[in-house]
Amino acid sequence: MEPSLETLRDLHRRMLRIRLFEEAAGRLFEGNKMPGFLHLYVGQEAVASGVCVAMREDDQVSSTHRGHGHLVAKGGDLSKMMAELMGKADGYCNGKGGSMHICDLDLNMLGANGIVGGGAPIAVGAGFANKYRGNDTVSVAFFGDGSTNIGAFHEATNMAAALQLPVLFVCENNEYGEYTPRHKVMAINDVVDRAAGYGIPGVIVDGMDAIAVYEAAMEGLARARAGDGPTFIEAKTYRYYNHHGVQTLGMKYRTDEEVEEWKKKDCIEAFEKRVTEAGLITADELASTRADIQAEVDAAVEFGENSPMPDVSTLLTDVYTEMA
Amino acid sequence: MSATETAPAGTAAADPGERELTYLGAFNEAMFQLMRQDEDIFVAGEDVGVQGGVFGSFKGLAEEFGDRRCVDTPIAEQAIVGLGIGAAVAGLRPVVDLMFMDFVMVAMDQIANQAAKLKYMFGGKAELPLTITTNGGAGLSAAAQHSQSLEAMLCHVPGLKVVMPSSPYDLKGLMVACVRDNNPTIIVKNKRMFGSTGPVPEELYEIPLGVANVVREGADITVVAYGRMVEESAKAAKRLSEEQGIECEIVDPRTVQPLDTETIVASAKKTNRIVVVHEAVRFGGLGAEIAAQVQEEAFDYLDAPVGRIAAPFSPIPFSPGLEGHYVPNAKRISAGILETLGRPVPGA
Repeated sequence: MEPSLETLRDLHRRMLRIRLFEEAAGRLFEGNKMPGFLHLYVGQEAVASGVCVAMREDDQVSSTHRGHGHLVAKGGDLSKMMAELMGKADGYCNGKGGSMHICDLDLNMLGANGIVGGGAPIAVGAGFANKYRGNDTVSVAFFGDGSTNIGAFHEATNMAAALQLPVLFVCENNEYGEYTPRHKVMAINDVVDRAAGYGIPGVIVDGMDAIAVYEAAMEGLARARAGDGPTFIEAKTYRYYNHHGVQTLGMKYRTDEEVEEWKKKDCIEAFEKRVTEAGLITADELASTRADIQAEVDAAVEFGENSPMPDVSTLLTDVYTEMA
Repeated sequence: MSATETAPAGTAAADPGERELTYLGAFNEAMFQLMRQDEDIFVAGEDVGVQGGVFGSFKGLAEEFGDRRCVDTPIAEQAIVGLGIGAAVAGLRPVVDLMFMDFVMVAMDQIANQAAKLKYMFGGKAELPLTITTNGGAGLSAAAQHSQSLEAMLCHVPGLKVVMPSSPYDLKGLMVACVRDNNPTIIVKNKRMFGSTGPVPEELYEIPLGVANVVREGADITVVAYGRMVEESAKAAKRLSEEQGIECEIVDPRTVQPLDTETIVASAKKTNRIVVVHEAVRFGGLGAEIAAQVQEEAFDYLDAPVGRIAAPFSPIPFSPGLEGHYVPNAKRISAGILETLGRPVPGA
């Protein structure tokens, strides 16, 4: 199905929100204003955006340690996100989760996850609940190429297939598991080959093309909604920054040339070129969208910086739900 | 449905009454009654459907509730627990079964890194009304991978509740409390107690988590025991009373997380001597935690070091000839009690 103009605007807006948010987060991290680890999503924006535009609001998402993009794409509040990344009281998790555990259950974003492969079983559980209730809500598991090597992922995918649960598995193959290239740790070239082993359909999609991702996600979601079980999408993509932190070039495990090659396929630049050349959206409108989002991001940074550190009295709250 | 909102029938612990059920029967009855009461409760795990669980814990449920609510899963412990977590976050009230407590280790990421921490990591925004049921305990020649008591590992993780029922009455009431609790709970049945019988009320009732039970009152020494060790301790106490006039006070914490330290300390202050009995290995076991807490709270009351009667530090052996010397029994418990009392130990 050809995406509508509204869908195109939505794809562009979500990709740009992720990009500008992540770049601001990277600057704060460099300036030592952000504690802990930072796994930036920059480069992969077309995947989260394409899938989340195709999703309904009630559809759930389980995410990864590189999860900011998924929450932004699901409609996350940038101010609460920025405050959380800075460990502040007004953050999404009141400063208790940080980058790797950011979530918004009201948006059905069931959390980033610090454990590789840890999120897929949870998405399967949410999918189970949807089927149990007899609704047509779908859960989406985002995961990296590396997580398909871990047992929990295999268990979850097999279970979803065996129980015919409404789950969409979205593999973001960015070619590296931390600092190790994919070809060193799996003996197949396409991660999607694994789908056949679960008896579920698998498709490869250009993960730098938001429209292609959107279309593949629409199909997978429709299958799940119709009660036909899970689909596996492999989106071929790339992360510009290091596994952790803000370095992009000069690394031992990948060449600068490779990074530059992928950047030529940048999802946002390619998208903007395509829609302007087709006369669908004007360059002025794209620029104005960018300015609006930059203002939103700037406000988010200010919100985060002005938010207080959590009160020490909250250290021991939220460990358990108190039972009456 | 939330237990707190609707205050379902049978919230108060009932009088045990006259009717007898087996330990397993009490569990099974709790499942039937809970599932009839709340459509959001389902059970998932290996062989829990038509087979009714390998030990019969879930017998008959599939016939009444169908495979929608009694879900046979792959042998995949991480995904079983993950299924429960995701379904709980999405608002259901799952019961997921891990056939043997040893298999908890297979699912430990989902239990300890996910279920236990979600609420805290998410700033309190998640509710996780998940119950994990499992079967622990040695003494059946099930050997090193099907016999362990791993409660110390679980209760070390903030966010989990760990429940070790010692009788049919407690098992039913504690299971009800686990399922109604909005936190991840792990309830550990003891495999050697499946056929044990005791009075169990027919109605649904709840025994609150974190409240110890003084099983036997006595003035001379406190014996803290849980799970099957309560039964063995009671045998030891009976014999010591009859033969030597020693009166043991047996405190069954019922849940090891949260631990009712208050009741344990109060008893220690009364008797001035205390031993802890568990099936798990002694090193790093609950006994060490209880001993530490008692010395912190009641040091001046103690007339002897806190005694620990537990399994030795080895994997669990297969042969009855070895396993019989591994798991604490009434005889070893008696010897430990006498030692802490400074009395001569027969045969020592």
